[in-house]
Amino acid sequence: MMSDASNARPALLEVRDVSKAFGAVAVLRSVSLEVTRGEVVTVIGPSGSGKTTLLRCVNFLESYDSGSIRIDGREVGYRDAATRQRRSERDLASMRAETGMVFQGFNLFPHLTAAGNIMLGLTKVRGKSAAEARSIAEHWLGRVGLAHKADSLPAELSGGQQQRVGIARAVAMEPKILLLDEITSALDPELVGEVLAVVRSLAEDGMTMLMVTHEMAFARDASSRIVFMADGGVSAVGPPKEILAAETTNERLRSFLARFRASHF
Amino acid sequence: MLSQILYAVPFLAQGFAITLWVSLLVVVLSLIAGVLLGVGLVYGPAPLRWAVRIFSDTIRGIPILVLMFFVYYGMPAVGLHLQSFWAAVLALTLFKTAQVVEYVRGAVGSIPKGQSEAAMAIGLTFRQRLTYVIFPQAFRRFLPPWINGVTDAVKGSALVSLLGITDLMQAINQVIGRTYEAMPLYILGALVYFAVNYALSLASRRLERRFSFIRE
Repeated sequence: MMSDASNARPALLEVRDVSKAFGAVAVLRSVSLEVTRGEVVTVIGPSGSGKTTLLRCVNFLESYDSGSIRIDGREVGYRDAATRQRRSERDLASMRAETGMVFQGFNLFPHLTAAGNIMLGLTKVRGKSAAEARSIAEHWLGRVGLAHKADSLPAELSGGQQQRVGIARAVAMEPKILLLDEITSALDPELVGEVLAVVRSLAEDGMTMLMVTHEMAFARDASSRIVFMADGGVSAVGPPKEILAAETTNERLRSFLARFRASHF
Repeated sequence: MLSQILYAVPFLAQGFAITLWVSLLVVVLSLIAGVLLGVGLVYGPAPLRWAVRIFSDTIRGIPILVLMFFVYYGMPAVGLHLQSFWAAVLALTLFKTAQVVEYVRGAVGSIPKGQSEAAMAIGLTFRQRLTYVIFPQAFRRFLPPWINGVTDAVKGSALVSLLGITDLMQAINQVIGRTYEAMPLYILGALVYFAVNYALSLASRRLERRFSFIRE
């Protein structure tokens, strides 16, 4: 692999001037952002601000109209950002395997057990034997506190447990960066804690993460930096203390935080 | 009377073999073509989707008998001369393919988009996503209408007798022509068709139960 060269690079993920429109509606306006190795970057902002779209562009679940997204120096969705020639299906798949994604709606494969969900990518994408994949799956299920649920189907698990399997499925692939898309939004409040605890422990292990969340307290405690998005653009970036400070001069951010506090506390 | 029927049994058995052979060909060929076109209809680029849609809507709007006569009597005009057997198989296959396309569209289309996305996110290619994520889930929804369609294919194969092919139906008619014993022979024929189709639906029910893993 190219780890020697990439270690010298400052940013693991580089998003440069990415714009995207759905018809006449601009969802991303020249978004730029960097995530360095081991960093946890949280994206906050009102709904419709483009947070989730940005995240989905990073592993090319969505295409974008202009700009460039690189992971470890490699352009993600296009062979070349200038000509915008899409990568081949096989190429895209192998690029996507380098990013892990955890979804708001879990999206576990309902016909596979918890272990089976994790093993699928390991065997089919990483080429591991079933036995090897099984032991990796068991390791990660243990890490998320579900060692005893390896052979349960998703339907037999609670939402929090399903989401922990979702996280295990993503990290077991040893991605360079983990994308978390509002992963606690679909959970009952009492189940949020167990999922966030898993994310926190991954962060402590140095996993690079880009996450979209509405859990402000968690964003404040777990993030290295917070990105505030509004109207499809990056409106503010900085360390949590700075961004979440009540006396911020950014008008939009201030009203977002004020509304947020009013509705959540 | 009974002796006459017994005398005819080997002849009827030959006809029955043709019925099974036509049905098998039609079911297998339409399954392959229907799954390919169905996947094209769900995931293909716009021109392919339109082409499949037009094919499916047109074929399903034509009576199967008209389709069969068209292939056998009409196609020679454009240079396609088929033996009656293959003309019948082609017509029935086209008809069945159009149905399979719709079953596939319904079954595959019912799988939430998040499943494809999750499969993409772990780096599976399109073919792998279909094989390991989409088809296993779609199969359970595909099976009941498809088995229904298989029994239709067995019953519909009786139409090949109209092109002079000696299937079970035609064999029965010929025996009646010699013996003038219509009722017992038609009852015998009905029982044979029923036995095949009843066995199929039993197998289907068993399969469905086997694949009824819990969802959501």
